[in-house]
Amino acid sequence: MLRKRSIFALIAFATALLSGMFTPATAQEEHEAHAAEAHSAEHTAHAKEKFNAGKLILEHVSDAHEWHVMTLGSNGPHPKHISLHLPVIVYSKTKGISMFSSARFVNHETHEPQAYSGYRLEENKIVSEDPNEVFYDLSITKNVFALLISLLVMSVVFLSVASAYRKRGNNQAPRGLQSFVEPLIVFIRDEVAKPSIGPRYERFLPFLLTVFFFIFINNLLGLIPILPGGANVTGNIAVTMVLALMVFFITTFSAKKDYWIHIFNTPGVPWWLKFPVPLMPIIELVGVISKPLVLCLRLFANITAGHIIALAFFSLIFIFGEMSAGIGYGVSVASVAFTIFMNFLELLVAFLQAYVFTLLASLYFGSALEEHHHEEAHH
Amino acid sequence: MTTLMTLLQETANMAVAKAGAGIGAGIAALGAGMGIGRIGGSALESIARQPEAQGDIRSNMIVAAALVEGAAFFAIVVCLLILFI
Repeated sequence: MLRKRSIFALIAFATALLSGMFTPATAQEEHEAHAAEAHSAEHTAHAKEKFNAGKLILEHVSDAHEWHVMTLGSNGPHPKHISLHLPVIVYSKTKGISMFSSARFVNHETHEPQAYSGYRLEENKIVSEDPNEVFYDLSITKNVFALLISLLVMSVVFLSVASAYRKRGNNQAPRGLQSFVEPLIVFIRDEVAKPSIGPRYERFLPFLLTVFFFIFINNLLGLIPILPGGANVTGNIAVTMVLALMVFFITTFSAKKDYWIHIFNTPGVPWWLKFPVPLMPIIELVGVISKPLVLCLRLFANITAGHIIALAFFSLIFIFGEMSAGIGYGVSVASVAFTIFMNFLELLVAFLQAYVFTLLASLYFGSALEEHHHEEAHH
Repeated sequence: MTTLMTLLQETANMAVAKAGAGIGAGIAALGAGMGIGRIGGSALESIARQPEAQGDIRSNMIVAAALVEGAAFFAIVVCLLILFI
């Protein structure tokens, strides 16, 4: 297979997606200027919105239908928002598939939100004008787009490293991107997969490596403040839930008989805990459900909390800046120092959460494959 | 007097929920601090006893700290749910 061709195809696909989506959206405060003729005293209070730190943080951490890059001139009367408007794809049983840019949800002249093709955007959720309509929102949102970007990054990195190994063989020292990726892969194989799973670790190694690099690369991309980074992918509970569900299904479908015996008929436990009230099986079943759930929540909470803390430190500058510009500049020194420290901590957390997820997944796989020798039962 | 009490009860509902969320987050931070402090302390003691094992001890300490922080984060998530949903 021609590796370079597939890499070019991927990049061409990505640029095709990107082009035609980038539209600057202009000021959204002109409607307040229209109303200001009658209320000239309140005009200065309305023309500049007070800085709302909670809203800013929630906007950055949640998903949206447009990717807001920057706002030019937010102190003046006409702030200019530069954002990437992502496509909205809605499937409804009555109307079929509707595809349009999310820029259509804002009227260009009045900058008021408007309905388009029977749909409206309320609090970043698509709402239908007809309350009885059943529709499925399949849009490319910010997180989906960021997932595609990280997919592209992973494909480029791993396809080129694999082709380097094919061309240069195993006997030569690694060079370039290989020398960055190979220690991580060997680390996961030797320190995580082999000790936890045992002799049959190779079956699970592709999944473990994919999960590790997926979480690591998405965490790192989330720390970059501007496009293409900055989307909170691994802090989206749907994404982490899917990863945890995958771990759960692999554990369940590759489990040996001893795994099920340990859950429903735990050896070494007195009989009155299992019959008539099956206390022990219930406890073990709760454990089976809670282990993947805990994986999901741990990753989500760690990454989202890290983003919230870094954003809160930055917001301190603007909160103090509202009071007086001098205090704002003064606080910015401490705030930037704290945020740099938080970013280093977040780098550590990015790697650590990927490692912990992979380690726990491999421990669960190992416990599913374990075959005990039941020496206690043969006494 | 009774109207004052009913008025206070009406306004206090949301506020008590938010106060509960704040106190819960504080207790979660307390628990995380205590747990990770113990892990760090025992890791330092064992490095002092056997300095050549410090690489192994360090990685185990970090793994245990991540797991304990996970527990603290569950409490944080519940507090965030109270505040924002």
